[in-house]
Amino acid sequence: MKIILNSEQIQQILKDLTARIIAETPRELDIATIGIRSRGEILAQRLSGRLSQHLGKDVPCGTLDITLYRDDLNSPRGTVQPQVRTTEIGFDIGDKIIILVDDVLYTGRSARAAMDALIDLGRPRAIKLAVLVDRVGREFPIQADYAGYTSDAAPGKLVQVFLSESDGKEEVVIE
Amino acid sequence: MALKRKSKQFKWHHKHLLGLRELSAEEITYILDTAKGFEQISTRSVKKAPPLRGRVVVNLFFEDSTRTRNSFALAANRLSADIIEFTKKSSSVSKGETLLDTARNLEAMGIDIVVIRHSAGGAPKFLSRNINACVINAGDGFCEHPTQGLLDVYTIRKIKGTLEGLKVGIVGDIAHSRVARSDMWAMTKLGAEVTFVGPPTLMPSRADELPVKISYSLDEVIEKVDVINMLRIQFERLGGNPFPSIREYSHYFGLTVERMKRAKPDILVMHPGPINRGLEMESEVADGRNSVILEQVTNGLAVRMAVLFLVNQAAATANR
Repeated sequence: MKIILNSEQIQQILKDLTARIIAETPRELDIATIGIRSRGEILAQRLSGRLSQHLGKDVPCGTLDITLYRDDLNSPRGTVQPQVRTTEIGFDIGDKIIILVDDVLYTGRSARAAMDALIDLGRPRAIKLAVLVDRVGREFPIQADYAGYTSDAAPGKLVQVFLSESDGKEEVVIE
Repeated sequence: MALKRKSKQFKWHHKHLLGLRELSAEEITYILDTAKGFEQISTRSVKKAPPLRGRVVVNLFFEDSTRTRNSFALAANRLSADIIEFTKKSSSVSKGETLLDTARNLEAMGIDIVVIRHSAGGAPKFLSRNINACVINAGDGFCEHPTQGLLDVYTIRKIKGTLEGLKVGIVGDIAHSRVARSDMWAMTKLGAEVTFVGPPTLMPSRADELPVKISYSLDEVIEKVDVINMLRIQFERLGGNPFPSIREYSHYFGLTVERMKRAKPDILVMHPGPINRGLEMESEVADGRNSVILEQVTNGLAVRMAVLFLVNQAAATANR
């Protein structure tokens, strides 16, 4: 097991991502963050807090459950049976810049599912993808707009993100 | 997606939903938790999600139904399945085809899930043993109506938070009610205390062997319960003279405005529908502030989506 990001580095990445999102988003446009369950949810809340503070206006935050949009639901070669949870987005995503947040971008399949789930909720002005770790190994033509750390972990490895809210510690490891 | 943490996850492994009697409290709770995730599909911009895309569901109804049949059809549609409607009157059953032949013929067309309602108790189980498709019981004889039981406990849990420690009265024609049975199994497994209320002629035989209390007086029960479920008097099933007159039944077992005055202020009034207004309950009660009858219908949709999703997942992930 190797620690690739510690608590301080994670904070620094969130700070940098916030600055880049603010720099690239025209002030007059409404912005919101939506996290993919479950680590993306926590990161989206943190980003929303930072963005609200810097922009001096409310940046709403929602949570997206992508289970119903997974491409391996009916595949005999899928992973474990996924559990359906709730999607909780208490605002209209129409015409907003949606910052879609996940912990790790790897194959791109979750991001694809999330985009399909999002556009069933309305028509955002744009969807931007922000991730803590951008891992090499894409299977879909999807790239992150805002990525903190790039990992070239070998295919058999597991990149795991631990966050204080859910795991009681703050680090990213390769196993 | 292969990245998700390897946690000890509950796996749903029933490819059929035949009844609630054979399910554990944990399994029932898992269905209810899953149903929560389906509620929002009905309230958003695009009222559809793709998990059953390419799957075929057949509504195989040998008895009349509007609510349950439409609810399953809409649930299947919202999950992007294709649905075939099959009713007794407009089919070869009226030409003498047996249940098994009908089902096998439908299966030969490539169906994946059969939703069956049948007047014979055990028909869904019989079907599940003889075909490969998933089977969902939508009411069999006087045995079970599991999705009704699930939507009832879902509705109670959503409002009261838990079933644990609640007192529930189920009133009316218990003997002929599959709803009463499914409710009883689901509610008692989740920790509620259930009382069957009705005239002795409408109590099931050997009711004392069931995990419920029995009362012949609604007046005794009404003050104590947190939930009251008023069953429909099913004239189509009643032979003989189970009660002297409709007026007399209504007098003793109808939920009237007068009786409601003695109930707890936050009592939930439920009814599986369709209501005989003025018989099981007065209109003012059916439409009153304690009534959750329409919420039951709305929740039924989410519960049926969850059930369709789960049985399909059990079939799809059997080898994972």
